[in-house]
Amino acid sequence: MASVLDLLGAILLVGGTAFLLSGGIGLVRMPDAYNRIQAGTKSTTLGPLLTLAGVACLRPDWGLTLLLIGVFLLFTNPLSSQVLARAAHRVGVKQAPQTVIDRLAEDQGEQP
Amino acid sequence: MVEFLIYLAATIAGIAFLLALWRFIAGPTAVDRIIAFDSLTIVSITGIALAALAEGRGIYLDVALVYALLSFLGVIVVARYIERGF
Amino acid sequence: MVAKGETIPRIRRVAVMFATLLLFWLMLMGRVTVDVLIVGAMASLAIALLFPSGLSFFTEFRATPKAFVAGLRYYGLFFKELVKSNLRLATIVLSPSLPIKPGIVKVRTTLKSRMGRLMLANSISLTPGTLTVEMEGEWLYVHWVSVESTDVEGATAEIVAGFERYLEVIYG
Repeated sequence: MASVLDLLGAILLVGGTAFLLSGGIGLVRMPDAYNRIQAGTKSTTLGPLLTLAGVACLRPDWGLTLLLIGVFLLFTNPLSSQVLARAAHRVGVKQAPQTVIDRLAEDQGEQP
Repeated sequence: MVEFLIYLAATIAGIAFLLALWRFIAGPTAVDRIIAFDSLTIVSITGIALAALAEGRGIYLDVALVYALLSFLGVIVVARYIERGF
Repeated sequence: MVAKGETIPRIRRVAVMFATLLLFWLMLMGRVTVDVLIVGAMASLAIALLFPSGLSFFTEFRATPKAFVAGLRYYGLFFKELVKSNLRLATIVLSPSLPIKPGIVKVRTTLKSRMGRLMLANSISLTPGTLTVEMEGEWLYVHWVSVESTDVEGATAEIVAGFERYLEVIYG
């Protein structure tokens, strides 16, 4: 007989990994590197956060360490994807044909 | 019930891992591979947390923390390298 | 020209560094007992005294009750946007036609401090369909999965305005 907290934790686990799965599908389906970064960074932030919250519900005594991992991911994930997107643009990784506008390339064209 | 959901979560994470691995192998650019690598690491961290839960060993979480740290540094270093290297 | 870190008193920098390190240590150990506390305090104090400037940008926030309330509301908005962003992304990647309209737009921020701009860029990266690509002074270049307005004013209102309102109070 599982308690309500255990059940909530287990549902959070499944929900978190479901977001990870949507990120994985995005990685495969998105047409260019920038859109893949978008898909990768968003789902890999919320997914682990929910999963870690789920683990914390099932084992409250691990709460502090889990919180530490969560906060760390929350701060580093967007940073690393920004650095990566910047590097991609600087070396001129191609964008998908659907791309409608690129202000950054326009501005760099003006002031070389 | 709870046991079943934990294994279901682990299965979903495994599928996500395989999808990211496909992108890691397919590329086509180095940036795509790093993205896939970053996602692989995060899925692994989730997997380690689930393993800690299944085994009942809190010490595994320290591994997850160090893994998160190394992944972040690794991505930053490789991105720097791409910017300057070629 | 005096560096920004120098305008903040040394004692405050050491204190912030010490508190951050001790908190990190306690969370890592996962329990608060006398021996853990003593070891952590000694190590944190030594590091804080040796490298006081390591976290200087962390001390740029304003420690006022108003900033605290703004911080709470900021995190409320942030998590709401994060969940929204993930749901939207899931619907995009799961729909067979893959309805994206990507592009890089330019937005302007009124935030002045380094930490404020860093937090803004981080928030943009985690909100629906946007990702900061490059920062140049007050200009941010943002990759947008579904571009809704290509001019600076429209994009700024759409992407930046929500977070800036709170970050302005916290960091200035």
